[in-house]
Amino acid sequence: MKKNAADLHLHADPNNTEQASKLVRKAAKLGYRLVGIPFQTQAQEQMVTMRKVCEDHGVDLATRVDLEPRNPEELLRDLRRYRRRFELVAVLCESKNVARQAAKDRRVDILNFPQIDFRRRFFDRAEAELASNCLACLEIDLRPLLLLEGADRVRLLWTLRKEVATAQDFHVPIIVSSGVSDDMLMRKPMEVVALSSLFGLTNGPAAEAVSTNPLAIIKRNREKLSPNFVAPGIRIVRRGKDC
Amino acid sequence: MKTVRRRYLALEVDSCEGVSSSEFMNVVWGAVTKLYGEVGASQTGLSLIDYDQQKKTAIVRVGHKALDMVRASLASITQMSNKPAAVHVLTVSGTIKALKKKAKL
Repeated sequence: MKKNAADLHLHADPNNTEQASKLVRKAAKLGYRLVGIPFQTQAQEQMVTMRKVCEDHGVDLATRVDLEPRNPEELLRDLRRYRRRFELVAVLCESKNVARQAAKDRRVDILNFPQIDFRRRFFDRAEAELASNCLACLEIDLRPLLLLEGADRVRLLWTLRKEVATAQDFHVPIIVSSGVSDDMLMRKPMEVVALSSLFGLTNGPAAEAVSTNPLAIIKRNREKLSPNFVAPGIRIVRRGKDC
Repeated sequence: MKTVRRRYLALEVDSCEGVSSSEFMNVVWGAVTKLYGEVGASQTGLSLIDYDQQKKTAIVRVGHKALDMVRASLASITQMSNKPAAVHVLTVSGTIKALKKKAKL
């Protein structure tokens, strides 16, 4: 794949530098230029350590927080508290109320759903419509697809195919991530594209899901987090007395 | 008569232990059959051309229409001889000569 590829969901344990380093090294070897690693909400030191590990392997790091709120109020509170501390905010939607609130909030970047509990995957047409009016993306993790077998995998593929079709109908961006903590389960970007064909993503949209879409989120958020950002389309070009 | 267009894939076997060529092909066929069934597997035209147990590399041939199917099947391999393993595609080419040149095998 010629484009820069990104894996926004790499479960590297920031406390275990050896495991994290192994995962980042593998990501670099497989051709990823950017990795997203979820951190605990109070983990400034770990972020510094991981940034150094990533720099050593020539990979860009995007700091990510995975919010798992029990109700919409908790989600709003968490967003107020953590939005400006992380480059990526993902919400694991455990209930329908949380899913709806997350889809209509412009501070949420990624909508993630329970991987194996199919009854709690709330990405339906109403959710997609809300997400399409905001900036949220649908994230699909490949981990369960690799680990499940038989009827469970069939059911997962059926669910994912339905969700992908809904997302495409409403122009909701899709991102495909690995979601793994074991380097043996990591796949090359082209292999991710091939695996995406199993749930109805053709080569073009699948390539966008591993490169263009994740990179666009990071670019947008880094711009917003920069001190020169004022509002979308407005930024400070120069400071000083002569301005 | 319609000519069959073929693609050759250079593969890298990522595993702690070496596996024999027959074991490798059993795993590959198993993955293709699991994902696409026996009818789908019969359409791939998959065959092993070369296997190097020391270097952990292999060359397989597939029909060009089945390339994506085989790629997806190879990516779905997670175990070989009950040990964690992965198979990565190094490069794809239309001839063995060009493939060896590209993959530096």
